[in-house]
Amino acid sequence: MGKLLAFIARLITGAQGHWQGCPPEALQRIYFANHQSHLDWVLIWASLPGELRSTTRPIAAKDYWTATPLKHWITREVFNAVYVNRTRTDDQDPLEPLQQALAAGDSLVIFPEGTRSNKGEPQAFKSGLYHLAEQFPGVQLVPAWISNVQRVMPKGEVVPVPILCTVTFGAPMHLQDGEDKRAFLERARAAVMALRPVGG
Amino acid sequence: MGFLRRMSTEHQIALLFVIVFGMLVLVTAAAILRSLRDITPEHRQRHERFKRDLRAVWIGMTTFWLAWVSGPLGATLLFGIFSFLALREYITLMHTRRSDHRSLIAAFFVVLPLQYALVGWRTFDLFSVFIPVYVFIAIPVISALAGDPERFLERNAKIQWGIMVCVFGLSHAPALLLLDFRGQEGRGAFLVFFLVIVTGVGQVVQEAMSRWLRRRPVARAISRSFSYRAWWCGSLAGALAGTALYWITPFKPWQAFCMAAIACTAGTLGELVTKALKKDAGVQYWGNQASVTGAVGLLDRIAPLAFAAPVFFHSVRWYFKLTP
Repeated sequence: MGKLLAFIARLITGAQGHWQGCPPEALQRIYFANHQSHLDWVLIWASLPGELRSTTRPIAAKDYWTATPLKHWITREVFNAVYVNRTRTDDQDPLEPLQQALAAGDSLVIFPEGTRSNKGEPQAFKSGLYHLAEQFPGVQLVPAWISNVQRVMPKGEVVPVPILCTVTFGAPMHLQDGEDKRAFLERARAAVMALRPVGG
Repeated sequence: MGFLRRMSTEHQIALLFVIVFGMLVLVTAAAILRSLRDITPEHRQRHERFKRDLRAVWIGMTTFWLAWVSGPLGATLLFGIFSFLALREYITLMHTRRSDHRSLIAAFFVVLPLQYALVGWRTFDLFSVFIPVYVFIAIPVISALAGDPERFLERNAKIQWGIMVCVFGLSHAPALLLLDFRGQEGRGAFLVFFLVIVTGVGQVVQEAMSRWLRRRPVARAISRSFSYRAWWCGSLAGALAGTALYWITPFKPWQAFCMAAIACTAGTLGELVTKALKKDAGVQYWGNQASVTGAVGLLDRIAPLAFAAPVFFHSVRWYFKLTP
């Protein structure tokens, strides 16, 4: 099923991965990228080599992605998603499921903007990436830029149009000693934006 | 040549493939042997380019063979997939707007399959008017219903153009394969082969002549190598190659010359148009190199065929109507 889905994604978007800053390796990583469409995750997933797909997991909002049996099934069985609660409760840290996944050795794909943006430039990054970087210093943080995907499926449409998309992966980065939260998040956002191809 | 004529059509086509693939194997073997020797960087670059072109020829010939082996359904499907990939590449390079979404879905998932279904069913009368007549009105209607007047004409023209070249033009290649002429049943493969060889020779000779003659380019901003004299030479060479191949076609030698000239002219001029298109899209080079958008250069290779195939197809049909 996963193979079929990856094939369809490649047929429609090409899903080409350009590994500019690092080769696709079986290291524990957190990929973070700009977020423009629901397809972003599928695109990153399909552009990874087949053997990395099963250990690289997306984050899914629990209320939305478990609402219908189909959504639940596809996020659980095919993508092996990490579910998070969008509504914050006092007694639980929203990052806890992510920490568990990282502690188990899985790689994650996160979209630090939090929501989909379509203004071209990504919005300010949320602080989750910083906390994860602080708690898991051994995990590589790989920035990625996804281009063209908003043309494949604009907000509100259900059928995707075949248009070629690329995912550009940059050089891995780490939290530097004494770097504070704002500076780190700014640096991470700049790293993602630096990967934007000219004219794309 | 007497024994060749006595063979069945199937056997003749099989022989054609054996000869072509045999030649390809020889050329490839020679290329591999040459690459083993020490060569200068300049030579190496030329060799790399040659290797890429050779690979393209291999892929092209294998496709052609598959199309023939797999019969009507396979040929239609195969060229349908090529059409899909070419149109995908074309649309990627055109900056479409959000409101084009429905038109694009219609182009990819309705027009393209229908056009190839018409080829597969051999309904050639509807096939040749389906896109120029019916789709021509359907696409702007869908677009108008999306309610976005911004650059309306431009956006629709781009989509129409893409459909014409990538779907309509290219679908004539399998149509040629499936078109049965009186007394010539099952010989469509020869016509496709004739078309491909003739346009190929025309292109190669034109390219070589423009380098050798170094004439002033006609349209410098579009192509630095295109000059009328080189173009004449290319077309003439293509036409002569067609004349030499007249025995695999239903034509007499002088008719083969004319048909080849027509196909070759359409192909080489189509290539010029493709270059203009590339410049307009801001891409220097589509082939072989993954560009920003990830376009891999299929459109580049297919465009001359997509321009030459309809012209050739309709010329052939017209010819057979005249000589029942």
